[in-house]
Amino acid sequence: MGRKILFITTDQQRYDTLGCNGGVLSRTPVVDRLAAEGVRFTRCQPTSVVCMPSRASMLTGQFPTRHGAWMNGVPLAVDAPSVAAELHDHGYRTALIGKAHFEPFLDPFGRFAENSLASLGIPTIEQPWFDGRRGPHRGFDHLEFATHGAVGPLHYAKWLQQHHPEALGGFFPVLDGDLNVSAEGGGDSGAPQVKLNNIPRDWYHTDWVADRTISWLNSVDPADDWFCWMSFPDPHHPWDPPASEVGRVNWRDVDLPENYPTTAEEREALLDQKARHWRLWYDGKLVSNYEAPHKWVPASLTADQVREVNALNAVEVELIDEAIGRVLAAIEARGWTDDVDIIFTTDHGEFQGDFGLLFKGPYHVDSLMRLPLIWRPAPSAGVAPGVVSAPVNLVSLASTFLEVAGLPPTPWVEGAALPVSDADAASRGMTSSITEWDSALFGVDVHVRSVVTSEYLYTEYLPGTVHDGSEGELYVLADDPLQRVNRFGDAQYASVREELHAQIADHVTRPGLPEHLEPVVAPV
Amino acid sequence: MATIRFERRIAAAADTVWGLIAPPERISEWFPGIVSCRVDGRTRVITLASGIEMPEEILTIDPLIRRFQYQITAPIYRFHRGTIDVIALGESDCLCVYSTDSDPDVLALVIGGGTYGALKEIERLALASKGA
Repeated sequence: MGRKILFITTDQQRYDTLGCNGGVLSRTPVVDRLAAEGVRFTRCQPTSVVCMPSRASMLTGQFPTRHGAWMNGVPLAVDAPSVAAELHDHGYRTALIGKAHFEPFLDPFGRFAENSLASLGIPTIEQPWFDGRRGPHRGFDHLEFATHGAVGPLHYAKWLQQHHPEALGGFFPVLDGDLNVSAEGGGDSGAPQVKLNNIPRDWYHTDWVADRTISWLNSVDPADDWFCWMSFPDPHHPWDPPASEVGRVNWRDVDLPENYPTTAEEREALLDQKARHWRLWYDGKLVSNYEAPHKWVPASLTADQVREVNALNAVEVELIDEAIGRVLAAIEARGWTDDVDIIFTTDHGEFQGDFGLLFKGPYHVDSLMRLPLIWRPAPSAGVAPGVVSAPVNLVSLASTFLEVAGLPPTPWVEGAALPVSDADAASRGMTSSITEWDSALFGVDVHVRSVVTSEYLYTEYLPGTVHDGSEGELYVLADDPLQRVNRFGDAQYASVREELHAQIADHVTRPGLPEHLEPVVAPV
Repeated sequence: MATIRFERRIAAAADTVWGLIAPPERISEWFPGIVSCRVDGRTRVITLASGIEMPEEILTIDPLIRRFQYQITAPIYRFHRGTIDVIALGESDCLCVYSTDSDPDVLALVIGGGTYGALKEIERLALASKGA
């Protein structure tokens, strides 16, 4: 019997929303305890700051330029490498419960397995694998899906439609009549994507994901090894947690974020230092990606809207923490705790008022790129608790799962297993982390590459329809933790730029990249 | 209004490819996610794998320039135009171009994404038919 793995992801959760990372708005005692007992990473980056590419990297251990799901709306090839398949091959029971999003959601043709499994009423479906064999879909022998609401063909939506149809109307309608992400405002402040949701807490997707996870765990034989990816759709917008829970955080008492510039002048001066698409988006003159509401102008964001969004976000984070607590109790009841590795992270961050912005896009700053990552190794493994400040990347997760399972790294993973200490990171030369962005939507294409070290965050904008290849950003993290002073053009940092550019160039030209990438076939 | 266009060079005669596209009822053979269709004169109703039915009006079937054109008339569209052109490049070589124009914009991606897979299927069927 080996070590079992509970992999917990949330969606669009900032680093500073956890108590263990200094957050004060939400109470997260369960995750904080995992951090105290395990390894807490203080500088973890995603491979991409949107869902599909980032999640595909967790599964494949590859960057988007290699696995091919290079932007939302580009499906991960059904026969892409999968760490779940590797674990399944070595006797692990494998499940993914909650939000997958390796394939597009907006799929009226029903072309993607993720959107058809609930209707088929089967736990998985046989598909081709990367090595030419066939096996369960992406290596998971049990799949139950959910996303940010109750519309569509996924398991949670169908469950709610069948058992609690009266609750369907409580959710914020994510898309508007034109199928764009809705800019509709709500709550007390009129903040976009906010709604009072009268759904009882027990029926909300956070508790549903935990309930279904517990149900699956209870179906596993005590002697089985297992890999369970429990994937919460929150705290990604819309911010519509159960109304019964909203009173946990009174938005009127919420402090504005440290990186929220309170005047328009300050905001605009900060944005004007950055690459041009920041200000263009803020002014409502450019929509480079689908994920932020098309008709929403960031310059219209008010301080009260930031407060209300952050309060609701905190409520959603607390609900997740409590749901995780229930799952851990179920694991304890099975007598597995000593042999279970628990990894908690998210796919990318959220502005939540930083720089006067909300949502996400091709903006490589800590708001979107610095992620919570906690690894509580199985107590039986005897790993000392600690904090890792060296830069790490979610691309390392697949190798980490393999290592936990006692398996060698596969030839297709691009990331080494996570370090358990800074000394471990140093001994393995883990000193930097890369994040990519590529998007092409209705005549606007943006291509971004960033590298983060313990000292710097450096970004280059490759030529596209918005940038000519000459723009970039360089932030000195120790002096400028909020990334407010762009040193890209500062001659004093020319040699730093040169060195970091070389790292990006090495990444861009690394061997093994596919010659052809598939096109965007859906908005999201 | 948004436009999505995909094209595929197919190693088959233009007439072979056109033979798959011109009969309106054959769409369910090559468009991924269309499970059936009914044709009545200029009206075609397609049924998607998700169970959704979509009415379409056939606008052009021109065998001389090998152009098939149609519009989805479901109310969710303010405008839609689907255009498939088959252009001969040689005796056993042609270019198949599938364009989607749509208002709202997002629906161009939703339908246009399907056309990418449709072109792959058209190629597969054309090559299979050539082999036969």
